[in-house]
Amino acid sequence: MVFIEGIIQYDFLQKALLTSIMVGVICGVIGCFIILRGMALMGDAISHAVLPGVAVAYALGINFFFGAVFTGVLTAIGIGFVSQNSRIKQDTSIGIMFTAAFALGVILITVLESSTDLYHILFGNVLAVRPSDMWITLGTGVLVLAAVYIFYKELLVTSFDPTMAEVYGLPVRLIHYFLMTLLTMVTVASLQTVGIVLVVAMLITPAATAYLLTDRLSVMVFLSAAIGASASVIGLYFSFTYNLASGATIVLAATALFFVAFLFSPKQGMIWRKLSAKKKQVNVQS
Amino acid sequence: MVSALVLKNVGVSYHGKPAIQEIDLTVEQGNILGIIGPNGAGKSTLLKALLNLVPIDKGSIEILGSTLKQNRKKIAYVPQRSEFDWDFPIHVLDTVLIGTYPNLGLFKRPKKKDKEWAYACLEKVGMEKFADRQIGELSGGQQQRIFLARALAQNADLFFLDEPFVGIDVASEETIINLLKDLKDQGKTVVVIHHDLSKANDYFDQLLLLNKQVVSFGKPQEVLRPEIILKAYERELSFLHKVGVS
Repeated sequence: MVFIEGIIQYDFLQKALLTSIMVGVICGVIGCFIILRGMALMGDAISHAVLPGVAVAYALGINFFFGAVFTGVLTAIGIGFVSQNSRIKQDTSIGIMFTAAFALGVILITVLESSTDLYHILFGNVLAVRPSDMWITLGTGVLVLAAVYIFYKELLVTSFDPTMAEVYGLPVRLIHYFLMTLLTMVTVASLQTVGIVLVVAMLITPAATAYLLTDRLSVMVFLSAAIGASASVIGLYFSFTYNLASGATIVLAATALFFVAFLFSPKQGMIWRKLSAKKKQVNVQS
Repeated sequence: MVSALVLKNVGVSYHGKPAIQEIDLTVEQGNILGIIGPNGAGKSTLLKALLNLVPIDKGSIEILGSTLKQNRKKIAYVPQRSEFDWDFPIHVLDTVLIGTYPNLGLFKRPKKKDKEWAYACLEKVGMEKFADRQIGELSGGQQQRIFLARALAQNADLFFLDEPFVGIDVASEETIINLLKDLKDQGKTVVVIHHDLSKANDYFDQLLLLNKQVVSFGKPQEVLRPEIILKAYERELSFLHKVGVS
């Protein structure tokens, strides 16, 4: 296979592979908590909100990571502020704040005439990953995975039963913003691979796939990471072989895996559910 | 021995409208207290105020002789079943295990002895056979027993249950009330929001009849008197006058 030869032969492809696998893993892990907390829209919002930070960071010549985390977290706080201090509901507040941040980012990129290619930020170009980008992704990945490992218990209880968590004294709101920070970091780490517009798919689709396959959060986290990584590898293959945007191919690979689970999952799959419903009917009739 | 709960002139309001006011109440340890009252009487609000989930704008609450903050880990709370996401990917035993979290502290993970303890609590509610089922697969009564097991796992001194007997089977109700009586015999204090007046007499040592204020508080036979009940439920029973019953 040309793809495997290419990996052995080309340095850029090795970097791309390593980066996209890491992105698949960390998006998969964080995504589990995002979907269980019903925060899919929030994931979309934060990923778009990093754009102005990226634009300014490029213009100032500093690493885009810092700018992105800054505007991402700022937007998360802004969303919370508006919904807590008015009758505006959370999803409305999300819609207002992230589109504003995104629009600001588009203008900043144009005005600052930075050398960033808007298309690559929006849709990803993993084959052009520089060594520094790869290290940022790997570093972020290790940090995020360590954070989830250390605070797993707290993330579990605040996702499952926030009231109990509050009663026994956990800082529930702080944990929310902590998760938002991790989410922002994951988004930034995914910029090169899938781009701002599609990163939400990597957060949600592998996690949702895993959700259909297991009844345990710990298993779901590992499954989701594995599914995310697989989607990345499959997507990278198609991107390299057919010269397509890597973000799009990776996302479609994840979607394909989702539909396999949607149809064939042993417990939740549509086909088995239909079959067992039929079986029950037959039993009742006989 | 210090009192379990001492409330003095407690008031809570939402958006300027008082939900409960002038609540004075002292509950000694080793009692099962039932809170009854019509819809909108502020039963859940009172419970939330006790748990510091809503701020009180008047009065003071003392729990086990000090503030709630100092006693947080000694308080187990069983919310209404409708408040949960029953599709959450978690097994029965892991749910009970969460009861050990408050006493574990940050960074620490439940160990083997915590898991054994959680399993023992599951046995107390008679649900050990369901240890590795997903929680959504259980019946309402079984789910309620799981969450009582979780409260037991917490080794708390004070138990707060919000409508635990709604929509559950008779066997589960019996298991739960027997366990609550066991807890009481161990000197623990149990506070239950309840809706069914008929059984209140058997279940509780003390009853609080609430309708925004304390309508009556005392032994069940003192509270469950027609003229007192009528006073609290007046609005819900006003249709009786319309149909000619008096």
